[in-house]
Amino acid sequence: MKRKNSKKKRVIPGFGLSLGITVTLMGIIVIIPLCSLVIFSARLSPSDFIATVTRPRVLSSYQVSFSTAFIAAVVDAVMGMILAWVLVRYDFPGKSVMNGMIELPFALPTAVAGISLTHLTTANGWVGSIFHRFGIEIAYTRLGITIALIFIGIPFVVRSVQPVLEKFDAQYEEAAHILGASRRQTVFRVILPEIAPSLIAGFTMSFARGLGEYGSVVFIAGNMPYETEIAPLMIMSELQEFDYASATSIALVMLAASFVILFVNAALQSRASKIVTGIA
Amino acid sequence: MKVRKNSGAAKWILIGISAVFLTVMLILPLIYVVFTAFEEGVGVFLTAVTDEYARKAVGLTLEVTVIAVFINTVFGIFASFCLTRFEFRGKKVLSAMIDLPFTVSPIIAGLIYVLTFGRQSALYPYLQGAGIKIIFAVPGIVLATIFVTFPFISRELIPVLNAQGTEEEEAAALMGANGFTIFRKITFPHIKWALLYGIVLCTARAMGEFGAVSVLSGHLRGKTNTMPLYIELLYQGYDFTGAFAVSSLLVCMAVMILILRSILEYQGKKDA
Repeated sequence: MKRKNSKKKRVIPGFGLSLGITVTLMGIIVIIPLCSLVIFSARLSPSDFIATVTRPRVLSSYQVSFSTAFIAAVVDAVMGMILAWVLVRYDFPGKSVMNGMIELPFALPTAVAGISLTHLTTANGWVGSIFHRFGIEIAYTRLGITIALIFIGIPFVVRSVQPVLEKFDAQYEEAAHILGASRRQTVFRVILPEIAPSLIAGFTMSFARGLGEYGSVVFIAGNMPYETEIAPLMIMSELQEFDYASATSIALVMLAASFVILFVNAALQSRASKIVTGIA
Repeated sequence: MKVRKNSGAAKWILIGISAVFLTVMLILPLIYVVFTAFEEGVGVFLTAVTDEYARKAVGLTLEVTVIAVFINTVFGIFASFCLTRFEFRGKKVLSAMIDLPFTVSPIIAGLIYVLTFGRQSALYPYLQGAGIKIIFAVPGIVLATIFVTFPFISRELIPVLNAQGTEEEEAAALMGANGFTIFRKITFPHIKWALLYGIVLCTARAMGEFGAVSVLSGHLRGKTNTMPLYIELLYQGYDFTGAFAVSSLLVCMAVMILILRSILEYQGKKDA
């Protein structure tokens, strides 16, 4: 009974009311504030904009943010894949507890995670002291930022891959095995192509989230200019000096970056689904 | 049905890797918070969490969370109903815009509200004329929290409503039921568990939001300090025991939410 763009009477009542409430709230919460960002950006002079976003300190903050978020997302993709596999394919004691724990980074406030990870990884923390003996410092370095971002991003990958793996029929693997594929060939030729779209989606989400993350990172980073200063912190410090023009300029670059990431993800998704369905 | 011969060793290696990773990355930070909170004894813990400013921070956090979760619940129900029960122009755009707050950095979320209601905004003279203070005050914190948790509930409901289809509601409408009756008798029983699940997630995120709230709060002790901001304040003042004591309250909340989540998921599966 779906009629596209129909002006005829809709069968289920409540269209006007639900659309009205949806659009009104969306307008107040999302659309008006985003419009004011656009309006404010239009007032920035292009030369000031370029001067702000290419300041060496800002450039290095982008570099810190992108490199740490990227490495963290790669680690999350690998570990998330293993976790999803273990949770779907194996039965073992404590499995449901393990499954329930995955969402902990969603449920735990980022500031709490931040101070706890920082204290654990300083030179005299429980974990940090072990690494300190080998000359590896975690807290107040880029390694620390990466660890905080791994923490934040892990549920995105697991919760993206898990449902796909659950639906994936073990018969394909058995068929591959019977046809003489090695275990390795089965993993790389049969399983990975099938879950690739969901893995990419999870990777993208944790990468995008990592770029914008503030609460868990700001404590562990140490915030040394040119070394461990992340881009969201640059925006924050401009805001604290009431320099809205600079803050907006840096934010626009970050927003553009996250839209590019989402766009690339969408393109990869549609390509992957074409490969799987065989429709060119 | 096991055709693999080598799965035994691989299985336990993979389970081992997972268990070690989760223990070090997720459980250890939790234990550490609780351990540090009680390190100097229960007395110090109690003093820290019953401090006047701590109590005010807890109160403000609860207030903000209740308002944000309420508004997002209303929005989530109407938005998911609207997006799954009707066809209209601009539906895809609307649906994409709901997810937007997920991809925006919390700091940028704070920034856009500063630009909307702050001194350089066109709205500012009117707001000031009306005596309404949004930035560096509680309304700003509420708005930022709503923004950050905006998609949580609708995203839980949309897949459930899509899977359910519209036949039952159409039949009820054709037999003369009004909108409210249809929602109460048909739609709501289907989305009950997903809705509760969404509310739980939304509550967790609303209580813990730090970045966006940090931009919009005036950081006034006892006035615009939520729990996460108060923790930051204590931490920066080197009152680590205090910071971890207040944190342990939020850890309890997180653990309770995870348990609730598992129960709700189980109930939802049982009903379906």
